[in-house]
Amino acid sequence: MKAAKEMTWDVEKVRKDFPVLSQTVNGKPLVYLDNGASSQVPKSVIDRTSKYLSEEHSNIHRGVHYLSQHATTAYEAAREKVKRFINAREAAECIFVRGTTEGINLVARSYGKKFINAGDEIIVSAMEHHSNIIPWQQIAEERGATLRVIPMNGRGELIIDEYENLLSERTRVVAVAHVSNSLGTVNPLKEMIATAHKYGVPVCVDAAQSVPHFPVDVQDLDADFFAFSGHKMFAPTGSGIVYGKREWLDQMPPYQTGGGMIRSVSFAKTTFAPIPEKFEAGTPAIAAGIGLGAAIDYINSIDFSEAAAYERELLEYATARLADIPGVEIIGTAAHKASVLSFTIENVHPHDIGTILDQQGIAVRAGHHCAQPVMEHFCVPATARASFAFYNTRAEVDKLADAVQKVIEVFA
Amino acid sequence: MSDLNELYQETILEHNKNPRNFREIEDADKKALGNNPLCGDALQVYLKLDGDIVKDVAFKGSGCAISKASASMMTQTVKGKTRDEVQILFDEFHKMVTGELNAETDENHLGKLKIFAGVLEFPARVKCASLSWHTLSAALQGDDSVSTE
Repeated sequence: MKAAKEMTWDVEKVRKDFPVLSQTVNGKPLVYLDNGASSQVPKSVIDRTSKYLSEEHSNIHRGVHYLSQHATTAYEAAREKVKRFINAREAAECIFVRGTTEGINLVARSYGKKFINAGDEIIVSAMEHHSNIIPWQQIAEERGATLRVIPMNGRGELIIDEYENLLSERTRVVAVAHVSNSLGTVNPLKEMIATAHKYGVPVCVDAAQSVPHFPVDVQDLDADFFAFSGHKMFAPTGSGIVYGKREWLDQMPPYQTGGGMIRSVSFAKTTFAPIPEKFEAGTPAIAAGIGLGAAIDYINSIDFSEAAAYERELLEYATARLADIPGVEIIGTAAHKASVLSFTIENVHPHDIGTILDQQGIAVRAGHHCAQPVMEHFCVPATARASFAFYNTRAEVDKLADAVQKVIEVFA
Repeated sequence: MSDLNELYQETILEHNKNPRNFREIEDADKKALGNNPLCGDALQVYLKLDGDIVKDVAFKGSGCAISKASASMMTQTVKGKTRDEVQILFDEFHKMVTGELNAETDENHLGKLKIFAGVLEFPARVKCASLSWHTLSAALQGDDSVSTE
């Protein structure tokens, strides 16, 4: 079974699509295991972005001239690709933002202003990235609402019974990650959303770490808000999407105001454009947005389900290799994980691990991963994190394991 | 690996393992908390002064090998020095790790601390080496917290 899967996923062929992967770092071939922070960009996306900048650049939705219409068409085509990629009902529900952080801030500010009041409750989870905590904490402070936290167990899985107990008629929103950036845990999102909906509560999903790793369907999940970043899914930085159900977005006030989001303006009153423009004030990152469309084309050109299966095997293999090394502890051992392998080495600070691995050409993240409450939960100041993409190989995992061994030798 | 050896020298690894003056001073005259939000390092520096002279200095906290060893060697170096002498050392150390001072050729008082010149090759680690010094300086100036960000 295993061998058959490996044969169908031609990782060496896929690697050739990513120019950055062929370089050496510190005299060693680059082993890029920091995909959770930002993924690499395939040649087709670079070319598409470059073509836009060389031949098509102009402001969108503004001019009657040739270039402006051309740029607008390309940008809106990217939105249409996003719609099909996540299976939104309509493209207008897909709002371009800078990335996941801005997407969640948009929802928290706008939904919060309209729907969150004194005495209300906001539920977040113990494993959230800071970007799915602080926007809610801020709005809670402003509105006199309370933040409630879904706890997790020692493996890094949410305790779903406790989640059910937190929901009540006071709950106004649930904010939860699809996949934890620091632990790799895949949350039972569909079930969690169904539970929230029993209370009439919408769910805002941080999907930054799920969308790049397996197919998602926002209608099947029944997600109310769903935010993700282009630069973690093989597109340039500055592109991202927050999907929202029309029935919510139509009721919500603008997040930012200015050009491009109005129907009419006078000094007495402004009326706003319908979605998505209502939430897209100012000139967006057009090249990055078109690049996101091209990244989706790229993902559609490979067998994404096969890629996901390959990644799962790679993660299992890496987990087994590292767990075998005395002194290494895996942080986050949920039954259902994706892409992320966080670990510590006894008596070695993760920052030192990161530096020594870098000298071997291996890029990992070392730190608290913008998830300080998670670090506190596991009583560690930080972890080292290897995060995989479908272009990583078993040979790279072996290099990681060898380098970890080397770290232990240096600090012996 | 030559670069790496330059950073993780034997002395640094030894101080990381057995940090000197790694304790609290309960009746400290001054103390400050230093944070490096990038990596989550946090260390507390305690000072006991006798007039103008550092009578005792110690630190507690968690951090990487570089920040721990730097704090350890700093406490060894500044004990018994005057405030002005500490300030000169801080300036020289800071200049060394940011490349403004060549510890081999420029006149300085760094002595054993020259070992940290290697972090210059590791820009991400400069803050680790200088965290304890910034914290010490904050404590001397009466600020109770400092961040390297």
